[in-house]
Amino acid sequence: MAVVSMTVNGKPVSVETEDRTLLVYFLREQLRLTGTHIGCDTSQCGACVVHVDGKAVKSCSMFAVQAEGANVLTIEGLAKDGKLHPVQEAFRDNHGLQCGFCTPGMIMTAVDMIRRKPKLDRNTIRHELEGNICRCTGYHNIVSSIEDAAKRMSGATS
Amino acid sequence: MITYPFKYKRAKSVADAEALMKAAPDGKLLAGGQTLIAAMKMRLASPSDLVDISGLKELSYIRVANGVVAIGAGATHFEVAASSEVARAIPALAYLASIIGDPAVRHKGTLGGSVANNDPAADYPAAVLGLNATIKTNKRSIASDAFFTGMFSTALGEGEIITEVSFPIPLKASYQKFPNPASRYAMAGVFLARTKDGVRVAVTGAGPCVFRVPAMEAALAKGFTPDAIAGITIPADGLNSDIHGSAEYRAHLVGVMAKRAVAEAA
Ligand SMILES: Cc1cc2nc3c(=O)[nH]c(=O)nc-3n(C[C@H](O)[C@H](O)[C@H](O)COP(=O)(O)OP(=O)(O)OC[C@H]3O[C@@H](n4cnc5c(N)ncnc54)[C@H](O)[C@@H]3O)c2cc1C
Ligand code: FES
Ligand code: FES
Repeated sequence: MAVVSMTVNGKPVSVETEDRTLLVYFLREQLRLTGTHIGCDTSQCGACVVHVDGKAVKSCSMFAVQAEGANVLTIEGLAKDGKLHPVQEAFRDNHGLQCGFCTPGMIMTAVDMIRRKPKLDRNTIRHELEGNICRCTGYHNIVSSIEDAAKRMSGATS
Repeated sequence: MITYPFKYKRAKSVADAEALMKAAPDGKLLAGGQTLIAAMKMRLASPSDLVDISGLKELSYIRVANGVVAIGAGATHFEVAASSEVARAIPALAYLASIIGDPAVRHKGTLGGSVANNDPAADYPAAVLGLNATIKTNKRSIASDAFFTGMFSTALGEGEIITEVSFPIPLKASYQKFPNPASRYAMAGVFLARTKDGVRVAVTGAGPCVFRVPAMEAALAKGFTPDAIAGITIPADGLNSDIHGSAEYRAHLVGVMAKRAVAEAA
């Protein structure tokens, strides 16, 4: 057991945890930030994607102690002052979700993707989503949501 | 999925990691964790100590000089894929890094971890062997031909730490991968390099360990066209056979990927 300190969604946190606690359990069970989901045992589904120091990572595939001193952003930290993030807005407007289980990971992946590649075509979006699995939508509307969000965020109207 | 308990130690330097590994009863190095943590979650691995070398500045660099691309073991797949220097010197290497797994895996996974792990279907081993790279460790330098010794096994000794892989810049190279659509690992991948000394053809995914194809190398040294290797068949004996594809299927794929690589590097 050790006290781990990091910044989560802009707030400093210091919590005692076991060395073997995965970041995803630390967020969900110790911080009660249950927006980050667990969808698999094999690092393949992407439901657990969060940003650590500005990069999308699978929070089921790192330990909380490794995030000591880091800046962590989860789905709960995206909306500002009651206003959804443009990617969240775009998912709502384009029916980018059905059951919503994969959505937090999809959105965190999308935000990271748009930051790295502001100009996105549908083919690139599909490749960038290789680490995120959705059992419901057939991906079509997820791709449309991200395409729309990228346009909105670059200031262009679609 | 909870791992067995272990002690976590963050190394301050390679020398510190060496000392921490020596002091641990059954220590393991932790780099990107994209293979090791998954194995620990499945309880296939239960190290007493994890010595974290991720983020060590000393290990994360990319230098291109004197005809060699030298990459620190801690460079992530993302960093190698995004490096304009690597893209200029050996475009096939930057491309290879850009198609490993998915973006989140590439943000964490490292060159050193991939090479040390020597997964039969991993991408980097094909580039290391195909480009005749040298693996540098905290103790010595190892030639690629002597490094990959079998399925998940390498010439690395107990606690030995890869610090760098240096890739000689070829005249031309190509990596052609037929990915498993579910896992993204290679069903068969061929890394082909043309240098002034000849041609090297390295195959990953198809067998228990990355291997070269001397018959193709000899044929391509005489005439560098896809037709030059059209008649060469890879024996299916000993190749991987699983629910994703039979050994015969993989043997055929190697030929197809090799011809594509020749076409690209011509
Ligand atoms: C969903 C998913 C998809 C993937 N797809 C692919 C793919 O398409 N192609 C592919 O090639 N790989 C793929 N991978 C594996 C990925 O590339 C890993 O990052 C890589 O195999 C291991 O690197 P790592 O830095 O994560 O190592 P770790 O998991 O931290 O370590 C792996 C092993 O290497 C040892 N090690 C680490 N660094 C060193 C060092 N410097 N010196 C000596 N030993 C060391 C560790 O002790 C451990 O035994 C995938 C992984 C996931 C989760
Ligand atoms: S829960 Fe992390 S990838 Fe599936
Ligand atoms: S919306 Fe149900 S899993 Fe994606």
